[in-house]
Parts: sequence; C-alpha cells; structure tokens
Amino acid sequence: MKLMNALMSPVGRKVLTGATGIGLVAFVIAHMIGNLTYLSPDVNAYNAYAYKLMSLGWLFYTIEILLALCFLLHAVVGISIQVRRRKARPVGYKFYKSAGAPGKSGYSARSMIFTGIILLGFLILHLNSFKYGPGVAEGYTVELAGIGEVRDLRRLMTEKFQEPLYAFGYPLVMILLGMHMRHGVWSALQSLGVMSRRLSPYLYTTAAILGVLVAVGFLFVPLYIYFGV
Amino acid sequence: MIINLRIWRQEGPDSPGKLADYTVREASEHMSFLELLDVLNEQLLADGDDPVEFDSDCREGICGSCGLMVAGIAHGPQKRTAVCQLHMRSFKDGDTITVEPFRAHAFPVIRDLVVDRSAFDRIIAAHGYVSVTTGSAPDANAIPIPKDAAEEAMDYAACIGCGACVAACPNGSASLFTAAKIAHLAQLPQGQVEASQRVMAMVDQMDVEGFGDCSNYTECEAVCPKGISVDGIASMRRAYMKGVLSG
Repeated sequence: MKLMNALMSPVGRKVLTGATGIGLVAFVIAHMIGNLTYLSPDVNAYNAYAYKLMSLGWLFYTIEILLALCFLLHAVVGISIQVRRRKARPVGYKFYKSAGAPGKSGYSARSMIFTGIILLGFLILHLNSFKYGPGVAEGYTVELAGIGEVRDLRRLMTEKFQEPLYAFGYPLVMILLGMHMRHGVWSALQSLGVMSRRLSPYLYTTAAILGVLVAVGFLFVPLYIYFGV
Repeated sequence: MIINLRIWRQEGPDSPGKLADYTVREASEHMSFLELLDVLNEQLLADGDDPVEFDSDCREGICGSCGLMVAGIAHGPQKRTAVCQLHMRSFKDGDTITVEPFRAHAFPVIRDLVVDRSAFDRIIAAHGYVSVTTGSAPDANAIPIPKDAAEEAMDYAACIGCGACVAACPNGSASLFTAAKIAHLAQLPQGQVEASQRVMAMVDQMDVEGFGDCSNYTECEAVCPKGISVDGIASMRRAYMKGVLSG
C-alpha cells in the first residue's frame, strides 16, 4: 500500500513514466536492430531471426506481457500528467514565451503528448499489419534449412512497403518516434534520478544521438524496399 | 522612453479580470521595471484611478516577494534576474509589454498582479527544516562539511521562493522549488537524520497543494533568478526513491 501511494505521488508518477519509457527504448532498439537483418545478404536471415524470437517460448511471452504493461502504464501516466496540467493552471496566460537556454524545452519536449498519442495509434495499426497480419494459414510460408516451414514475414514486409502509404507513412512516424526519444530518454533518466551536475551534459547529448539513430535505423528498411535499391 | 503596458487588472479573487492598456511617457532606461510600475501608479492616482497592485519588498533581488510575467516570461527577459532588478534598458522605446500575474491553481490571484504564494510556506512547513534542540549557537566548525558539499548546499539555498519556477512551468509544477529546499539540506550532515521523512512530506504537500507534475521541460531553471539547477530535481527523486525503499 505504501509502495502504491509512493508510485502515485508526483515523484512516483515520474519514476513510472521513466522506468517504463526505458523499457520501451530497449525494445525499440532491439526491434530496429532486428529489422536491419532484412538487409542481410542471406535472404533467410530476417525470417530465421523472427523464428528464433518466437521459439524463445515462455521467455518471449513474458517479455511481450512486460512490454504491453510498459506501454499501458506509460500511456496512462503520460495522459494523466497532461490532464493534471490543466487542473494545475486553470487560467492560462494571455501571452507566454519560452525563456530559452538553459531550459531544454524544444519541439520534442513540447510535443510529447502528441507524438505519444500518434505512436500509440501507430502501434495498433502496426500490430494489425504485421504481428496479426497474414501468416502461415494465408500461405505466407518459407522453407528454412534445418528448421522447416516457417512464417514468411519477409514477404509480408516486402509487399507492405511497396505501398506508398506504408513506405512513407512509416518513416514519418519513425521521425516522430525519434523526437519522442530525444526528450524521452534524458527525461526518463532525470525522472529516475540518474542526472547530475557531472553527467547531465553527456546524457542529454546521448539522448539526441539515440533519437536520431533509432529514427534513421527504422526508416532505412521501408525506403530501401520501396525504392528497390 | 515611451513604454506601452498591457496589465492584468482584477478587482478580487473571484472577479473576472482583463488586460488593460496604459502608456508611461516618462520612462527612463535606468528605472527598474517595478519603478516603472510606481510611475504608472502615480499617473493613475493623479487621474483618480486605482493603482495597479503588485508585490515587492527588498527590490534587491534577494527577498522573493516580487514576481510578474513580463513579456511572457517569469521575471522578464533578463536571465537570472528578479523583476525588481530588471531594468528598462532591456526594452526599446515604444515597446508594448504584457504584464500578468504568476498563474497556477495553487497561486490564486488576490488582486491585479498579486498572488497568494502561501502554498510554498505549507511545503516548507511540511518538513523543509532540520529539527534541532534549541540552545546556545554551536561552534562554527564543530561539524566538518566538505567544501564541495557546502558550495552545492549554498547553490540550492540561494532559492528565494519567488514562484517563478511554477509560473514558467507549462505544467504548473513546483518541483524546482521543493527540490531546491530538499537538495540544500541533503548536502549537509545536519539534514541526513530526517532526509527520508523530509522528502516524503514535502513531495506529498506539493501534491496536496495542487501543483502539476514535472515533465522535465526545464523552463523553471531558465527563469530562476538564482539559476537553481534542475539537477536538484533529480537529487530529490533519488532521495524519494531511497526513502520509499528504506521504508
């Protein structure tokens, strides 16, 4: 009970957002690296990777449940912070300006709620297109040496990213993900109390680099497929 | 210089307010912003109008009484400066400057530009202190304190409790104020004994007062007249988690 009260306090809410955010960052980095196996000279590498993930069994399902919890908590607490903001300042300013440096309130910080909601919507569409999209039953199969017949995710991916909506919509959302991470990564570390006088400048820069790397890493494959490089 | 002002006028806590336009024709670049308001008030009194109410005391930037949104920024555009130390040389002849009170649910407007900041006092009363047995003053160096710790404690102790951090925060959060008080005492040996109770009680009070959550926008640090760093907020969160885990 005491722990629940602590998690519902102003510091607890930030710790929850930060900790779940870090979990989600670990997931997107792993997902991005996994996607890059599509570019491997071995055409079966991507399907083999997907198959290996699925064969982790209970470990895979545990990670899935934890990730779903992270998404849910991150979204619920994030939205509740936004709701409290209106209560905390019922009468707004007629004229307000950001004071600039040393404040770090740029576009990425200001748009967290919007990029977050878009990412949540995207996640649902994305799961529907791929995870719960056509599989073995619909004939999306491929024969892997030493494994046998598995779901051909590579074919699904190749087909989807030949549609302009997917090929350009996905990269656009990934740029928003990069923005969300630009503020989110250092903000999570600040919320978890990691930032300090000595570390802050390095971690702030690392967050920016990570945001750019993840966005670029994700938008590479859709554009590669669409333009048939 | 001629300065046009758009000032929030509100008769009482429950009256509707609005921005009213005024012009001060005899402003000088050497005046502080509050002196400009003094000149405006002389003008208003001469015309038989009600003067604009605003808070001020020391006018030396150290008491924390003054606090206005000037041109959309808490304490105005000059960095690390309370509005009493903001001078008209920061503006141009003919400028129109909007002046509003600090806005937050926990800082209700009393009249015009005066807000009730006693929510801050209640956060301090929650545990923003060190309990000591009163008696004669202890020897100055009876408890050794490392130089770096003393310096950092002093940096946080510089907080004058003006409320600019709350006013500038897009969420109306009081995290920087509360963190400054906690981080100040956390640096010192005297503050260790009650460290956990302190952080829990002050954070809880911040919530009770209806301040918003921190989204790490760091607008607070940018407007703080004493340049209190948001690193103090990270330190407050560390102390809070330590308090929860240690029971």
